[in-house]
Amino acid sequence: MSTLAYDGTAMLGRQLRRLRNNPGLLILTQTMPVSMLLFFGYVFGSALAMPGEEYRAFLVPGLLVATASGGIMAGMFQAAQDTHRGVMDRFRTLPMSRAAVPLGQAGADLVVTAAGTVPFLLVGLAVGWRVEGGAGEALGAFALLLLFRFTMTWIGIFLGLATRNEEAAGQLGGATFLLPLLSNAYIPTEGLPGWLRTVAEWNPISAVTAALRDLFGNAPVPEDAAWPVAHPIAGSLAWCAVLLAVFVPAAVRRYARGER
Amino acid sequence: MTSTYAVLSEGLEKRFGAVHALRGLDLAVARGTVCGVLGPNGAGKTTAIRLLTTLLRPDAGSARIAGYDLVGEAAAVRTRIGVTGQYASVDGDLSGRQNLRLFARLHRVRGPAERAGELLDRFGLTEAADRAVSTYSGGMRRRLDLAASLIRRPEVLFLDEPTTGLDPASRNLIWGAVRDLTAEGTTVLLTTQYLEEADQLADDIALVDRGRVAHTGSPAELKGLIGAHVEVVVAHPDVMVRAAGVLDQFTGGQPSFDHDRNAVGAVTRDTTLTLPRLVRELDAAGVPLLDASLRPPTLDDVFLRLTEDLGQKETAA
Repeated sequence: MSTLAYDGTAMLGRQLRRLRNNPGLLILTQTMPVSMLLFFGYVFGSALAMPGEEYRAFLVPGLLVATASGGIMAGMFQAAQDTHRGVMDRFRTLPMSRAAVPLGQAGADLVVTAAGTVPFLLVGLAVGWRVEGGAGEALGAFALLLLFRFTMTWIGIFLGLATRNEEAAGQLGGATFLLPLLSNAYIPTEGLPGWLRTVAEWNPISAVTAALRDLFGNAPVPEDAAWPVAHPIAGSLAWCAVLLAVFVPAAVRRYARGER
Repeated sequence: MTSTYAVLSEGLEKRFGAVHALRGLDLAVARGTVCGVLGPNGAGKTTAIRLLTTLLRPDAGSARIAGYDLVGEAAAVRTRIGVTGQYASVDGDLSGRQNLRLFARLHRVRGPAERAGELLDRFGLTEAADRAVSTYSGGMRRRLDLAASLIRRPEVLFLDEPTTGLDPASRNLIWGAVRDLTAEGTTVLLTTQYLEEADQLADDIALVDRGRVAHTGSPAELKGLIGAHVEVVVAHPDVMVRAAGVLDQFTGGQPSFDHDRNAVGAVTRDTTLTLPRLVRELDAAGVPLLDASLRPPTLDDVFLRLTEDLGQKETAA
């Protein structure tokens, strides 16, 4: 385990150094949620029944979670790119922990995500979003958000290692933009037709979004929703636990196996 | 664990779907020697390296690297090998120095920064050390790749076509590094398409064809297998066939004709053949001879001849 911690830290350093050497992409990805907040909040928001300010406060947690679900795309692209470049081959021939490479990648992603929420939330505050609940609950919300991002990144790493193709990863990654559309991230699910509402509420993004809205005090928990949304904190933790239990071992095995 | 062989493989097999890349690879590389693995494209050289460096798992067969079992003791094998692939396997987004420091850290080297500096210096990369590797030339990347394989002196170093596509200066630097390493006791297994490279560096050569080792021996032994290369130049195109008939006595056929120069060439297995005898025989047959040469075979000759023979056996079978 200490081997994993040591090698994982080295790999975390590698990823952060790469980002520092090449910050352009990072800045670009961080501007995305901010522009979405402005477009959705002011353009689409004007057509919704909910008053503008109330909708924007509703939207901020939704966009935080939707952006976090982009960890699938980020993890996938990065993992596919690494395989493609052959640097993974060197890591595989080194006497290092098999889990260190994906762990370092997921860890670095977490650091970047945490830093990226700051400018987003500043814009959020400017457009009317507030932390209505306690500080402890707000911290809990951030912890949950990071746990969710970590989970999404592992899914992405697995998919990236499985496809081993940067272009395919780019294409498939683009499809992850659709995931938050079928959830409560941008709209309340109450208005959806019955079966569609059920599907949307079983989307893990919905549980985490509901949990963040609850913890930040932005919106009450919808009582009549499907179980993960009606019990959003337990629902979010359960989703993350299940997904991590599946995808962490799968990604590590995939990584260790190479192309055997 | 002591063993005479740094690399010892028996019957290694690997399939990729319908492609039978390795069909029972037997290799024995004595400690401290350089083994050159030669073979045409698609012979299985790269697959062999990937298997022997734990990147691929064999479908059948076994191997011991530095005395450790390739599959059962993969972790022990990894601490004792260095690998430089056909494609430079370093991180393009990091600088040369950042790459070497990272690998030094992963190798648990004390003073990773010092070790990185030392290697950058040795491979002439100090000036470019802090630039992103993506801006390096092919030769620089390859040198960095080799440096990364030497972070902790490996017992066995695997080089997959280390100088393919390199300029002569980079090639000489890599050859020099390989010689230094073997002088220090490292065993080197290298694949190459350049026969000159094998001739220059290898103590032993394994000729790989269609996923098997077809011949092994020192460069001199392999050259001895096929005798010498004979070429005669005659006065008229009309007598080229007659000259070829004389040469056939020594070479057993397969003459090659150069019609521009009226030259007939062949490779002979007859090691007792001398130039005076050749000239006498041709003269006796009434061949108007302008020039004749008998030179030791190059590895190219060996390679062509032996893979040709194999091809014929395969077709006959």
